[in-house]
Amino acid sequence: MGKARTIARRTFIAGSAAIAGGVIFGTYVARKPHTNPLLADLDEGEATFNPWIRISGERVTLIAPHADVGQGTASMQAALIAEEMDLAWGEFEVEFGQPDAAYYNTATADEVVPFVSHDNSFAARTVRGLAGSVVKIAGVMVTGGSSSVPDSFNKLRLAGAVARETLKLAAARQAGLAAGDLETRAGAVVFPDGAVVPYTELAVAASEVEPVADVALRDPSEWRLLGKDMLRLDTRGKSTGQQQFGIDLHIDGMQHAAVRTNPRQGGSLLSFDADAAMLMPGVDKVLAISNGFAVIANNTWNAFRAVNAVSAEWGEAPYPANMPDHWAAVSAAFTDEHLDKEWRHDGDVPQALAAGEPVLAEYRAPYVAHQPLEPLNAIVRVNPGSVEVWSGHQMPRFLQEAVAEVAGIEADDVIFYNQFTGGSFGHRLELAYVVQATEIALQKPGTAIKLTYTREEDFAHDYPRQIGMARGAGTVANGKVTSYDLQVANVSAITSQMGRLGQPVPGPDGQIAAGAWNLPYTIPNFRMRAYRVPELAPTSSWRSVGASTQGFFADCFLDELIHAAGADPLEERLRLIERRESRQVLEAVAEMSGWGSDPGTGRGRGVAFVDSFGVPTAEVVEVSQTPRGITIDKVFVAADVGTVVDPVNFDNQVKGAVIWGLGHAMNCEITYADGKAQQSNYHAHPAMRMHQCPEIEVRGLELATKIRGIGEPPVPPAAPALANAIFAATGQRLREMPFNKFVKFA
Amino acid sequence: MTSFTLNGAPVEVDLPADTPLLWILRDELRMTGTKYGCGVAQCGACTVLFNGQAFRSCQLPLSVLQDADVLTIEGLSGGRGISPVQQAWIDHQVAQCGYCQSGQIMQATWLLQQNPDPSDEDIDRAMSGNLCRCGTYPRIRDAIRSAAQYMRDARDG
Repeated sequence: MGKARTIARRTFIAGSAAIAGGVIFGTYVARKPHTNPLLADLDEGEATFNPWIRISGERVTLIAPHADVGQGTASMQAALIAEEMDLAWGEFEVEFGQPDAAYYNTATADEVVPFVSHDNSFAARTVRGLAGSVVKIAGVMVTGGSSSVPDSFNKLRLAGAVARETLKLAAARQAGLAAGDLETRAGAVVFPDGAVVPYTELAVAASEVEPVADVALRDPSEWRLLGKDMLRLDTRGKSTGQQQFGIDLHIDGMQHAAVRTNPRQGGSLLSFDADAAMLMPGVDKVLAISNGFAVIANNTWNAFRAVNAVSAEWGEAPYPANMPDHWAAVSAAFTDEHLDKEWRHDGDVPQALAAGEPVLAEYRAPYVAHQPLEPLNAIVRVNPGSVEVWSGHQMPRFLQEAVAEVAGIEADDVIFYNQFTGGSFGHRLELAYVVQATEIALQKPGTAIKLTYTREEDFAHDYPRQIGMARGAGTVANGKVTSYDLQVANVSAITSQMGRLGQPVPGPDGQIAAGAWNLPYTIPNFRMRAYRVPELAPTSSWRSVGASTQGFFADCFLDELIHAAGADPLEERLRLIERRESRQVLEAVAEMSGWGSDPGTGRGRGVAFVDSFGVPTAEVVEVSQTPRGITIDKVFVAADVGTVVDPVNFDNQVKGAVIWGLGHAMNCEITYADGKAQQSNYHAHPAMRMHQCPEIEVRGLELATKIRGIGEPPVPPAAPALANAIFAATGQRLREMPFNKFVKFA
Repeated sequence: MTSFTLNGAPVEVDLPADTPLLWILRDELRMTGTKYGCGVAQCGACTVLFNGQAFRSCQLPLSVLQDADVLTIEGLSGGRGISPVQQAWIDHQVAQCGYCQSGQIMQATWLLQQNPDPSDEDIDRAMSGNLCRCGTYPRIRDAIRSAAQYMRDARDG
């Protein structure tokens, strides 16, 4: 494995009384520009080796800065450290830690540069490196883009290795031995005579040795934890009701709040009448906040009831009031003026289309809500000179800045306690709920205010997935696809989302093209153009972001062409792919599904392939026509992530992502009437329930040299594989989601 | 004042009669294992056993609770470690975010009390009112089958 050069920095500890007896080895990442945030709160007798590890006489604490929104990052981060540090699984504590620039995410930078993730040319590496530098300097701390594993994989193993070697050295010096004579096992240093000294007893001694500057990462063949089935650290708590989420926290003296803001998102509050609400039980206060009002009460139920009793007049929506105008705006964006970027043009598409009789098709993808099951919530307490926030969020540094701006303090004076969240899917990248809780808390200084959204408020302000359309044109000849032209027009969810954070996004938005322009197919004439629709309703990143819509457009249209050519959908895709790893995921699902065998009467198989977040992913869906409607019988998935860190969680994430992709494609859309989302609760946006859930078979391939995350990549192929299967079974081509507008599902 | 039995112990609550059990549990008694998801019986996250029946606690006002017997996720094992259903949930590592799982476990517990050997259709019918946004349904099915087996083993053994 690679040897990481590290730079010793003892400067932190020189003569500081505050950390007397502690030890800091700032040797964790080469050229690291940020100081270790754990230094600030270090008690006497505690040691910290880097921003991820703190040891006291009682315990080893690991810091997991990537937010755990249900995808298991807390366990994953701990496992990476524990593997190299030789900690017994679970014999340590895990904390999310305080927001700090030291926890920058370098992996997301890979997704903002205009090179296919697998492109390892010098130019691609150089540009990626520059983008990474920007991320590092800005100290962006974000959980998203399936980047937690790629960001953490080397960094946290290295952190664990530095700690292990330094503890060994400390123990060796004490005993007059060489570090090489010692071993480590289960959270302890083991001496040649078999004596065992726990790390916790070595914290102080470690301050008396020079830090270990060079450590080698272990070869995967030596791994005890990684690559093997793990028991996630949160499994037991989540099976017994003991896991605390943000919504479960109680702070002494806390009051409860509910809000209602203009359901025409971004519209203003014209007036409100709270007379009736003020007379209701438990109500303390009704107050105006940005674009709406809040109720403070003695419990959640009383706050909910009272907020429903306030009448209000709302201003107009800053976007078209009704759905047909949204679609008209999307449709009108296929013009040179709105061209965001031509991402790819191989061969000569106009000439090829002119020479043949092109197959033409138009596709649509609606707004879709995130709606994780834990409603948005935050506890905020305003203190003299500081503000405390308890909530779950994927971008803690942005949260600090947003709260600081409202409260009129410095961002570093916002103390943020990140929480486990009941799902996110991109929803916890938004900040309105935290800002609102801060606005309320500012009117009750010293009192913790817990804001809980009603489900209806959450639906009304979901910031759904981008709306979009695609126009495909292509030709076939001699049983082969010969030209492929895909033009996509989407609103930019990234620009909308980052705009609310005050962050401009210069240049073309790669997420308008993601999942389409980077298809691995070598087609003689291949063009992909992305058009940017001017902002309509506000949107944000929805699990798998751009690829969730383009994957559907791009793969289904290719499937149409393949059928027009009379070729086999899987064979023709394979013929068109040169990249070995991408071929192998397709070959895997072919083998798993028995592709080519007769599916039986009234049944059909569809295949789809999408590459998102650097993960080539193929899915085969099998459906049946039944008297009750279409059933999805089976799904086969293969994805190449380079290295599977935890096979159990990998399997769970893949299945969940497939169900996410299928359920929303089948059953869900957000539509606007009079400027308001018409879907107010799960009855109108059900996604998938158990009776529609297929069996899913998963295979993780470990082919690529770079490790990748799996939280999102299985989402994009699900919708096209289902649509392609329904075509195979029924002859009906589905070109718009949700599919239940056109076919009946059992 | 309303008196009822919660996880085997008597409790008394003095709140407006329309206050739902969900919020009595969460805010008044600070038993937060029962979750708020939708408030309108569409998600099942707040499922408890009410007089032995799986019920959405967001739909149970205090006015119907006098002398009732209520069981929540916190009382499921009766203080004896964990229940067979919970054990199956751990063994299959069902949870992702875990927010719906208290309700899923309570619903599955009720299913297995009614039907010790449910078919796939029985499971789908009993569980389709419990929404899981993370998509853990395949593991929930597996865990219910295992829990049924654990309960049979315990009975036969």
